[in-house]
Amino acid sequence: MISTRMSSLHISISAEPVFNILGVPVTNSIVTSWAITTLIIIFVIAQSRNFKLKGKLGKTQLFLEIIIESLYNLIVSITGIAKAKVFFPLVTTFFFFIVPSNWSGLLPGAGTIGFEGVLKGKEVFIPILRAPTADLNTTLALALIAMVAVQAYGFRYLGLDYLKKFFDFSNPIKAFVGILELISDISKVISFAFRLFGNIFAGEVLLAVIAFLTASFLPVAPLPFYGLELFVGLIQGLVFMMLATVFINMATLGHGDDHAETHASHK
Amino acid sequence: MADVQTLADTNSLAIGILMGFGGMGPAIGIGLIGSKAMEAIGRNPEATSKIQTNMILGLAFAEAVAIYALVVALILKFV
Repeated sequence: MISTRMSSLHISISAEPVFNILGVPVTNSIVTSWAITTLIIIFVIAQSRNFKLKGKLGKTQLFLEIIIESLYNLIVSITGIAKAKVFFPLVTTFFFFIVPSNWSGLLPGAGTIGFEGVLKGKEVFIPILRAPTADLNTTLALALIAMVAVQAYGFRYLGLDYLKKFFDFSNPIKAFVGILELISDISKVISFAFRLFGNIFAGEVLLAVIAFLTASFLPVAPLPFYGLELFVGLIQGLVFMMLATVFINMATLGHGDDHAETHASHK
Repeated sequence: MADVQTLADTNSLAIGILMGFGGMGPAIGIGLIGSKAMEAIGRNPEATSKIQTNMILGLAFAEAVAIYALVVALILKFV
């Protein structure tokens, strides 16, 4: 049943269903994201028992503190301390989910171990594991969460005044700018989703094509690209986190605040 | 049969042109962002980390355009 296939190039832009639960198809990218989520939760629960504030700190704790602290400093540099404390949990969760998701596609066996199945009347190879972010559904979901959070924080900080950003009929120019803001917020969802999906899926296609072309005479050829993909996975997680922070921060700044801040910086 | 062959050829041509032109604009943009960031770091090396953060943010926006072209190309090729 389980088989590996390296004899022909296998690229599918959509995730393939592996099995059904009550008639709902479960795709291989969902299986991988469940696995990643479970591993992260188990790791955090198992490790947080050993955390301590005094004495000799464990290596894992130091490692995690370095990551958390540098991310926190990055967010503080964008939003300032008061707001960073509010935004930090959400945007860092994006980072900690997206980076392992990006790297999961680079694991040996991801995309290559699977079984032969029938999909849309055609006999195809269905891998069991697939990077969650190499599936447009996952990235679209993440983008929607990010943009809904942007609107929610906008309302939380500015109240109903936040709606003035979109619907302000005091003069024609502001009314038109409101329409533009509305379009730009919708396009941000698409931009978030396509940026992450495009980068990660393109990386996997690149690795597959290079490996396919050079497997017989130069098996080490994909190695530099593999390193590049590790880097791209990290940077894309960072970029998603930073863009989410910047957009949330922009939504919480009213028009008045904006001018006050620029004046303050000129003094 | 001939029509199918022509269609496949046109598709490949479309993907080539799409990626060529789709990559051109972002390439110029990313080059400008990189060169200006290097200039800024040269003028004020203490601000390196701040410039780098903003540079990566700018790169992400410029790169997104190329990624749109890439996604369209992938859809044309594999769907």
